[in-house]
Amino acid sequence: MSIGKVLANRSFCVGLIVTSLIALVALLSFVWTPYPVGAFDIAGKLKPPSAAHWLGTDHFGRDILSMIMVGSRNSIAVASVSVAIGAGIGVPLGLWGAATGGFVDEVLMRFNDLVFAFPALLSAVMITAVFGPGAINAIIAIGIFNIPVFARVARAAALSLWSREFVIAAGAIGKSPARITRDHILPNLASLLIVQATIQFSLGILAEAGLSYVGLGSQPPMPSWGRMLFEAQTMIGLAPHMALFPGLAIVITVLGLNLLGDGLRDVLDPRFQ
Amino acid sequence: MLSYATKRALIAILTLLAASLVVFAMLEIVPGDPARLMLGMNATEDAVHNLQEQMGLNQPLAIRYFSWLGGLLTGDLGKSYTYSVPVFDLIKERVAVSLPLAVISLALSTLIALPVGIFAASKRGKFSDTLAMGVAQVGVAIPNFWFALLLVYLFAVTLRLVPAGGFPGWGAGFGVSLKSLILPSIALALPQAAILARITRSALLEVLGEDYIRTARAKGLSRRQVLYRHALRNALIPVLTILGLQFAFLLAGTIIIENVFYLPGLGRLVFQAITQRDLIVVEGVVMLLIATLVLVNLLVDLSYAIVDPRLRGRS
Repeated sequence: MSIGKVLANRSFCVGLIVTSLIALVALLSFVWTPYPVGAFDIAGKLKPPSAAHWLGTDHFGRDILSMIMVGSRNSIAVASVSVAIGAGIGVPLGLWGAATGGFVDEVLMRFNDLVFAFPALLSAVMITAVFGPGAINAIIAIGIFNIPVFARVARAAALSLWSREFVIAAGAIGKSPARITRDHILPNLASLLIVQATIQFSLGILAEAGLSYVGLGSQPPMPSWGRMLFEAQTMIGLAPHMALFPGLAIVITVLGLNLLGDGLRDVLDPRFQ
Repeated sequence: MLSYATKRALIAILTLLAASLVVFAMLEIVPGDPARLMLGMNATEDAVHNLQEQMGLNQPLAIRYFSWLGGLLTGDLGKSYTYSVPVFDLIKERVAVSLPLAVISLALSTLIALPVGIFAASKRGKFSDTLAMGVAQVGVAIPNFWFALLLVYLFAVTLRLVPAGGFPGWGAGFGVSLKSLILPSIALALPQAAILARITRSALLEVLGEDYIRTARAKGLSRRQVLYRHALRNALIPVLTILGLQFAFLLAGTIIIENVFYLPGLGRLVFQAITQRDLIVVEGVVMLLIATLVLVNLLVDLSYAIVDPRLRGRS
């Protein structure tokens, strides 16, 4: 895989640039935002975009750009931890099922079916009903939703690898299934899992926004894109910019991640090399 | 050997049973006593005790689970803690809003996505393909509730063509009720259509590369004939799978979209129930949605067998 070939993939390049920019903005928000986030200015409320407030102000006069910048941290944190939960539990389960087969595999797949019956929103509804609202709920709910996704991808790919000659050969020289999985299966799955992680990451951003929009995600005063949209809803006639910019932030982030995922798939897929 | 259909149905039933255990257990660990909650702060110990007796709260866990499960099967979901009416009636009222919304959106999304996907695949690599897939790529990234807000701003606030929200109720007339579902279903359908169009296109392209397609072309069939008679049918399996999954997303989406448009559907019911700690309502709605999901996925699995005869004999 040459660098030139990678850079020739337009989705990959655009996706990488957009994603890096978002990550940079999130990092920047730790040291600098145009205004202190959450600083009220009732006299300057609901102002449309201007030189002083590039993206305008909300119904408390808070600077929308600053809130979007800090909100990106929330989105990224929730999405990445829930991908880690999904991959951390799902991948070992999928690999175990593929390596053992038979009864264990059947039980694991039925467990998958069960988890699959709980979309992130329903899990979040139940967790919130029991423990009350909070960002942790969103992480757990989206993480649970990610488990069967990773388990299925890992299992399907591992199953096809188990019939390959180099894996059979490794078995013939006496390696245990666990060692074969570690030495031969997992390294060959890595690229596939990276692509899936990118896709789940972008879905996680969307899901987090939806959950905080309905009040099941992160709570005030932590800014989050979803709740900014919720607050914009009642102001839609007066200040449409309040709804426009947080939504654009979500679309740009998700679009960047999806392009990156598409590009990574083309770049990493051996069929295209 | 079990037939394919029997095995799928058994798995669906087992999944539902396991899910009911999970839901029951989740809400069982909640601190607080429903009887005390219903009677309020000033209730006497005796009254609380009587109500506990009446609601069967003193019985062992297993008995309560089975009587709850039995209730589920007969449509008895218990009584709401706050409204003191049967949960079943509450849900029935709200389903009349949520279900039409989900079904209209699914139909709308399929009607848009299939033609676009087929068109893009037949024009592969041409400008119209690139354009359609570019639009779809953006569509996938749009959160439906944000799209809903934009639609409200454009069509309700600025152009005043449709109401911004609320629902008159089916009793107030079919037309006005349907009108208030137009924006919500468009908002739900378009992002889903973007996903479905992409899947349709790539499934078709995969099939179009097969040997039997070349054979069909070689024996003199036109591109059109090959596309519709041979390729489309074979590309339907991945499309159906996604449709099944999309129904899950649509149901979840309905719950969120109802909040944008103030529609009195299941979503509003469940969020109200959460704030009022009316857990038995939450339990009922969640079980209903899970059952719908499992049922839809079962139907999708069974429809594979109709689309692909090779699956019929297999277990």
